[in-house]
Amino acid sequence: MTFALELKDLHKRFGQTEVIRGLNLAVPQGERVGIIGPNGAGKSTLFNLISGRVVPSSGDVLLKGQSLKGKKPFEINRMGLSRSFQISQIFPRLSVFENLRCGVLWSLGYKYKFWKFLADLDDANDRTRTLMAALQLDQKRDVLAMDLSYAQQRALELGITLAAGSSVILLDEPTAGMSQSETTRFTGLIQEVTAGKTLLMVEHDMGVVFGLADKIAVLVYGQLLAYDTPDAVRRNAQVQEAYLGTYAEN
Amino acid sequence: MRRFLVWALFANVLLVAPLVFDSSLSQSLLSQMGIAIIVCLSYNMLLGQGGMLSFGHAVYSGMGAFLAIHTLNGVSGGLALLVSLVPVVGGLGSMLVAAVLGWVTTRTAATPFAMITLGIGELVWSMALMFPEFFGGEGGVTGNRVTGSAPLGVSFGPQIQLYYLIAIYTFVCTALMFAFTRTPLGRMLNAVRDNPERVAHLGYDPQMVRYLSFVIAAFFAGISGGLAALNFEIVTSDVVSGTRSGAYLLFTFLGGSTFFFGPIIGGILMVLAFVVLSEFTKAWLLYLGLAFVLMVMAAPGGVASLIMMNWQLARKGRLRQLGVGYLALAVTAVTMLLGAGAMIEMLYHLQLDSALGPELKFMGATLDCRGLDSWFGSALVMLTGGGLFELSRRQFARDWSLIQLRMAQDRLLGELP
Repeated sequence: MTFALELKDLHKRFGQTEVIRGLNLAVPQGERVGIIGPNGAGKSTLFNLISGRVVPSSGDVLLKGQSLKGKKPFEINRMGLSRSFQISQIFPRLSVFENLRCGVLWSLGYKYKFWKFLADLDDANDRTRTLMAALQLDQKRDVLAMDLSYAQQRALELGITLAAGSSVILLDEPTAGMSQSETTRFTGLIQEVTAGKTLLMVEHDMGVVFGLADKIAVLVYGQLLAYDTPDAVRRNAQVQEAYLGTYAEN
Repeated sequence: MRRFLVWALFANVLLVAPLVFDSSLSQSLLSQMGIAIIVCLSYNMLLGQGGMLSFGHAVYSGMGAFLAIHTLNGVSGGLALLVSLVPVVGGLGSMLVAAVLGWVTTRTAATPFAMITLGIGELVWSMALMFPEFFGGEGGVTGNRVTGSAPLGVSFGPQIQLYYLIAIYTFVCTALMFAFTRTPLGRMLNAVRDNPERVAHLGYDPQMVRYLSFVIAAFFAGISGGLAALNFEIVTSDVVSGTRSGAYLLFTFLGGSTFFFGPIIGGILMVLAFVVLSEFTKAWLLYLGLAFVLMVMAAPGGVASLIMMNWQLARKGRLRQLGVGYLALAVTAVTMLLGAGAMIEMLYHLQLDSALGPELKFMGATLDCRGLDSWFGSALVMLTGGGLFELSRRQFARDWSLIQLRMAQDRLLGELP
């Protein structure tokens, strides 16, 4: 069976410190995986390893059966993997519409073209408009990204990630810093727009993770402590001890 | 529709300018302005649109100029090419040079990019003196633009004919560079400027975006160089110097790198400074430096941003409220500059022209460089002007923020249901 994403004995050392210590994980197509773990467990490093931002010390990552060894972030993205960032990585001096369209262009084959006008790219503009509406950002179409509120910037971050329609999506703390009502709305939005896609999500809000994920991966000190359904993870004594504590009891 | 009007206006200005300013000096100035506009716009593809601070853009305009002058001499030697197409040869040649050198430079961004362009600029400049066969050594390479066939009687002998050739190139190049900002590559260049890390996760190789844009910018720089070669009929190694690159940076910035039309203003200012200001005073580089420092501190968006800020006010009908403020600023600034200018001119006179005697003419007044009254008088004018300027500036700043506040208020009220 070919998995959407597969980690094979993945290691990452920064100097003397080993941050990822032999990770093995296989995520089938269409599964939503929530990754939880205490601070410093290596969650963000794991995302950086998968997306090509950081090179593994050893081991391999397979995307739809293909090794990502030596691949640059843009090559991995072209293979169908898209990621978001914990701290919004948007284009501050471009408008909301332009930000989203930048995410759309490559996937529609416009590449480095400089002999076609953006205004004439109907498919790209339609997809951008649809996405903008789904994110409820259409009122802010021409506002510069740097002038948006925090929650709107998070929505834009998510939008840029989803724009290309990649089949494997990594979300790094999508609801961090949001109010309760924003989180609820946002969770629904993520559920809606990632339907049918393979999703890996790092999240500290347990309500969001347990509500959204089909499977939960618990990462502690760079190792996988558990990888199971939310219910099973909740009952796992080791996990309770290491991380979940009161949340599982409640 | 509005955009069409702006372009029509631009075309008309290019068309009518030499009829309004019809002296031979004006025609020469206007020709040089066209050339400067193209090169500043091409420089801004790097600086304003791509966030690439290049210290070596003159390499590309300069190489274009050399290639063009050699091509022109080829035409004189029997090469079948229209003289009007020689600048295109310069552009294509520069593109090739940039395709090689740009591969090295655009591998990096930010400070390393700036350093490498500086290094390559110095390299090419030193090469210019080492290979006199191509660069003409100290004397440069000369050519004659009145050569080859003269279709429709256009020989480019009279300056006005060359002006219109430059005007056509200026219009077409400006339109093409504007069009570039509306294409996928042009937009991704902005994205790379804002956040190259993010671009890399959207399927684009940021280095490739920079590289392609760099090569395209070099094409337009080369055209500008080719036009300069036709205009002056001589190309010396100065055209690839770091000083020249610095001037592009300075005037693109002064004109305003955050708006597309900023470098057009920059190009015009460049010619005015280099040709006109330098005629009036030996201290012109000092004044230029001061203007640059003031601009960086007071209005980092350049002249274009000042225009746009006031345009916003004018559209809301609030510019009139600042009329008195602007008048006060202008009068006090001129007073201060008069005082400062008198002292600078006296200093330069003492250092450079003291053999001509202690007296010099400044704005119709006779100053005595060795007399205490002239120095005291000038200092008094400068300090009085400066003090009053500071007072008016504070008042102006208060008025300005009040108007901004009112406009924000209006906006919020307007959004209410």
